[in-house]
Amino acid sequence: MSPVFYLLAAITVGGGLAAVLLRNLIHCALAAAVSFAGLALLFLSLDAQFAGFVQFLVYVGAVGILIVFAILLTRNADEQEGGLFSRTWLMGLAIAAAVFAVLGWAVLRSGSVLPNQLASPVASVHDIGVALVGRYVLPLEIVALLLTAATIGAVIVAMHEKEGEQ
Amino acid sequence: MTPLTGYLLVAALVFAIGLGAALTRRNAILVLIGIELMLNAANLNLIAFWRYGPNPEALIGMMFAIFSIAVAAAEAAVGLGLVIAIYRHLHTTDLDQLNRMKG
Amino acid sequence: MAQETDQIFVLLTGWILSYLPEWLRPYGLAVLGVVGVLAVYVTLFALTTWFERKGLARMQNRYGPNRVGPFGLFQPIADGVKALVKEDVVPFRADQVLHFLAPLILLIAVCMELGVVPVGRNMVLVDMDAGLLFFFAMGASTELSVFMAGWSSRNKYSLLGAMRAIAQMISYEIPLLLSAVAAVMIAGTLSLPKIVEAQSGFTDMLPHWYVFTPWGFAGALIFGIAASAETNRCPFDLPEGESELVAGYFTEYSGFKFAIFFIAEYIGMFSISSISVTLFFGGWGAPLSFLSFIPSWIWFFAKVMTMIFVFIWVRGTLPRLRQDQLMNFAWKFMLPLSLVNLGVTALWRFMNDDWQRWAACTAILVVSYVVLGLTGMRSQHVAPRKYRYAE
Repeated sequence: MSPVFYLLAAITVGGGLAAVLLRNLIHCALAAAVSFAGLALLFLSLDAQFAGFVQFLVYVGAVGILIVFAILLTRNADEQEGGLFSRTWLMGLAIAAAVFAVLGWAVLRSGSVLPNQLASPVASVHDIGVALVGRYVLPLEIVALLLTAATIGAVIVAMHEKEGEQ
Repeated sequence: MTPLTGYLLVAALVFAIGLGAALTRRNAILVLIGIELMLNAANLNLIAFWRYGPNPEALIGMMFAIFSIAVAAAEAAVGLGLVIAIYRHLHTTDLDQLNRMKG
Repeated sequence: MAQETDQIFVLLTGWILSYLPEWLRPYGLAVLGVVGVLAVYVTLFALTTWFERKGLARMQNRYGPNRVGPFGLFQPIADGVKALVKEDVVPFRADQVLHFLAPLILLIAVCMELGVVPVGRNMVLVDMDAGLLFFFAMGASTELSVFMAGWSSRNKYSLLGAMRAIAQMISYEIPLLLSAVAAVMIAGTLSLPKIVEAQSGFTDMLPHWYVFTPWGFAGALIFGIAASAETNRCPFDLPEGESELVAGYFTEYSGFKFAIFFIAEYIGMFSISSISVTLFFGGWGAPLSFLSFIPSWIWFFAKVMTMIFVFIWVRGTLPRLRQDQLMNFAWKFMLPLSLVNLGVTALWRFMNDDWQRWAACTAILVVSYVVLGLTGMRSQHVAPRKYRYAE
């Protein structure tokens, strides 16, 4: 449990907390991007280089920008009347705390049966490429189809209507 | 506390924070941010088990995580497109006010 | 003798490290490498600012800086001193934290990109298995800092400039990535030193650079155009044109923060030129086989400076593109052409090595270029403008 791990965990969890608790929406989106970056660094510390760089490229580079654009396109001039949190915030907080308690108990309780292999695996990009077009070609094609459908769908849903509200 | 336990606890914490965001905030976009945080926590779980698991040469965990990242990005795009479309109709993104099935 | 001048920096590093204790050597190697790379690129940045101003001036039939030192060579020093002593004005209503962090994050992301570029034989700072992917990941992080700079200034012009810059950057990122993937397909690896080694053979004095193949030529052109769009260079510099948007997303920055943006933009230009040289122009390899006695790092920097000169030349020649022309060009021309290029690369890979391969690939690329140019780039019918007045 090196200090690097604690630092990265602090960045990730801190970014996530800031994303939930801040008042200004853009600050929340940027804190979420910091959390995504922290998670990418955690992937790198787990010797998953390809996944870490893909996480950086997709989440920080694309999803973060997408969230920021959506916030800017949906700004209402007056901020929420009635506060940041909904009326049922206490129940939501209790459910989240309960979920964390159950997961944490399960993880800590089974600490003795979890495998603890420490040899670092070598997942070269060549192996990942061979796996993608060999064993995992069907998921690859389905994900390609899904991304095409999602792109077309998002464009159609968010497009300006021809006869606008002018 | 083994390293694997540490990573799993961090993933559980981020998952709980994302769940809290999705359940308590009023703005629709923050709910989507919470969902993205939950998906990220699940990815961290997958990669941690891949690294410390019995058979990392089969690359199952890494593949699962990469496909999950792709699917999450697609779902974020569609979700945010929906939020923009709803805002264009009702001029609000406050979830507490989107409680009627009226166009 | 040629071997030693080629490896002189590697030998120098080894000699310095031999004076350090064993446990300190990795850190010493890291520090030496980072200091070396940064020193070289910042000096190149200073030279390029002078080069650009002189080059643009001569293309525009005027002199350019010629007061400060011989031929104006000390002008970058004068610019640096000016930037350092200027007062740092931050608007009152600006978001202080984001306003401060934006130039830093841009500079950090851009300097990290330099870490994977192979500057010479055995001279790369970090030899990563997925080096090209790391480069593109850092390039994607620059967009977020551009947005932070534009939004935190609480200024309409800044925000408009930032939005335009981000839209342009994400639109041109796809042709950039797809044309790079073509080179990766043929080389078979994402690791940049290995891509350079895959281009290092010679067939009777001509090198095996990828730019001398049909798909490599198209790929290099697409990559070059997308690279100048990614770094907001003319003709794609609508987000920072002085006559359009005051100064775009760095309107509210003055003094040293503006200098940091400037440095980050030029170092971004260097790193993306370095990657295009690595992917398509043979990296540190010599152009003719009998010229291999000249050290590899001299060839690399010569090629990078030639590309920078081409960027400056294009800046001095072409007018600026309008935002909708820019986006049309990206989505309706560059993206289909880069997809066709990818298909042609696959065809090249699996056909036998004779004249038919060249003819087929060239024919497909030329036909698709003509077809896309005629269909995709038709001028838009502009409707009469609807005015909305404030009630």
